[in-house]
Amino acid sequence: METCFVIFFSTLAVVFAALVVILRQPMRAALALIAHMVSLAAIYAALNVHVVAIFQILIYVSAVMVFMVYTIMLLDDRDTSYRQRFSRWVYPALAVAVLIPVSLWLLPANPGAVVAPALADRFSFASFALDFMKTYWFHFELATVLLLIGVLSAWTAVKEGLNG
Amino acid sequence: MDKYQFLITMAGVLFSLGLLGVAVRRNLLVVMMCLEIMLNAVVLSFVTSASRSGTLAGTSMTFFIYVAASCEIALAMAIVVLLVKRHGSLDLDAHQDLKG
Repeated sequence: METCFVIFFSTLAVVFAALVVILRQPMRAALALIAHMVSLAAIYAALNVHVVAIFQILIYVSAVMVFMVYTIMLLDDRDTSYRQRFSRWVYPALAVAVLIPVSLWLLPANPGAVVAPALADRFSFASFALDFMKTYWFHFELATVLLLIGVLSAWTAVKEGLNG
Repeated sequence: MDKYQFLITMAGVLFSLGLLGVAVRRNLLVVMMCLEIMLNAVVLSFVTSASRSGTLAGTSMTFFIYVAASCEIALAMAIVVLLVKRHGSLDLDAHQDLKG
């Protein structure tokens, strides 16, 4: 059953990712990207990694896509890039895009790899939070500093750009 | 092929689709979205590896990827808005005067 869920949502994720590349209007592409991210969150939930599924919805679908949708609404939608969607690199890029998954598909499976027996409790929110703050508390603090630098950089870029 | 190998291949497919979008699309915003697809593919491969081995490292790494993605999108959107104000277009060909 779990494998069926994984295959179903993987198919959905690939279809919506392809729609992001194909669709002409950026707002439609953004909606397809949201559907793609929700499909990935469903895959993580099916793998019992609930923490990452929650992060995926809270951070990617909520925060990041709100940024994206606001920017699309802010900018003019009558643009030359809408009339001519693709650059001249279509065929070389298509060849590379086919080669990467084919090479991964042909990789031999490693029969000696360690497979975890039961993961239901290992990645629950409470146990993950405890383990994470015990092991990675310093990295967590560094991440908060990085977020602060990101906010300051974005604010400075806009301020300098409007002045200059 | 087991479930984990299928998911790693799927991550490769998603990464390739993102790369294809970055290479062929002319719209700046859609290129940013394709970059997000590539980041999501990397996260999928980390989660698959963590789920397979039952260790914390892969899932912790996804947390830091999310932080980096949030910073990236905040800064990138500010730069996109400024570029469009300066050149008046979302078309990548309109920004040929950028160095590098």
